[in-house]
Amino acid sequence: MFGRSNRATTPLAVKIVISGGFGVGKTTFVGAISEIEPLVTEADLTEVSVGVDDLTGLDGKTTTTVALDFGRITLDESLWLYLFGTPGQDRFAFLWDDLVDGALGAVVLLDTRRIEDCFASLDYFEEQGTPLLLAVNRFDQARRFELEEVREALGVGAEVPIVECDARDRESVKRVLVDLVEQVLARRLGRAALAR
Amino acid sequence: MSEAVPRLPDPRMIPPWQTAAAQSSAQPPAPGQGGEEAPSDAALADATLVRPFLVTGGRTRPLKDGLRIETMVYALPAALSAPLRFELRRIVELCQSPRSVAEIAVRLELPLGVARVLVADLVSGGYVTSTEPAEIPIDVIERIRDRVRAL
Repeated sequence: MFGRSNRATTPLAVKIVISGGFGVGKTTFVGAISEIEPLVTEADLTEVSVGVDDLTGLDGKTTTTVALDFGRITLDESLWLYLFGTPGQDRFAFLWDDLVDGALGAVVLLDTRRIEDCFASLDYFEEQGTPLLLAVNRFDQARRFELEEVREALGVGAEVPIVECDARDRESVKRVLVDLVEQVLARRLGRAALAR
Repeated sequence: MSEAVPRLPDPRMIPPWQTAAAQSSAQPPAPGQGGEEAPSDAALADATLVRPFLVTGGRTRPLKDGLRIETMVYALPAALSAPLRFELRRIVELCQSPRSVAEIAVRLELPLGVARVLVADLVSGGYVTSTEPAEIPIDVIERIRDRVRAL
């Protein structure tokens, strides 16, 4: 029931997910380009409402509420781009399906000092078939690796682009997003060619 | 909270001998509608003191599927005169210009899941309309690329 919207002014909203391990720079990445700086929260309602508040191992946390990074870019009056950061810790995995549903694609940020932190994101998006791009966030103290070394260490195929970025730098973040959208386009056009 | 007070069953509860206002700010809430003021920073901390599902009457499932966090919601002007209370009314006011479900959650300081249930109620009641999820056409993807590049 898509129907004619009676408001031609409602913009089309498109979402890109920013993922990666805890502390890899997702908040910085979103903040570098977003027009707004809000945080959106989510609570594990199912768990809370059935009274199963199992807080074992939650480091003294007494709530299952989590904050998500959330940014918006007005591309033009009828096209808005939303960026959502996935929560870093595994215990918030219940949110991922919601976040990723309908996403144009995903950026997986990684820190070469803790490369294994991005495995969960990588596995998740590959399983979901979400177009993704790996972005190595440059940390000043971190040893530099060739991107091909990173690819080897991760065991990802050539179909997944790997780029370097500086999550603090707006131009760099823009380039990552453009690269991701190119990747989405390439996949979409490839699919269209196959269907023909 | 001071240490000399009786233990509460749940640390997030507002103690019965203390009002929410006393905890957060000196401003007393208007009777019956303490949560209606413009949200302050202190209110954010308070928001966690109320179990979120209370707002939805305990429901965690939206009446309507397909409401994504980025789904745009807009209210019909007529909905402003509808007999809606509290959060539902605020959503209708907010959505006089289109907003995403995520922005509604932020503005109302509610968890996403709660906002989603409330928006679904409003959609079902015919007070607001939401965009339906659809595959993004290739020309739009190209437009996204060009616009981001030109930012």
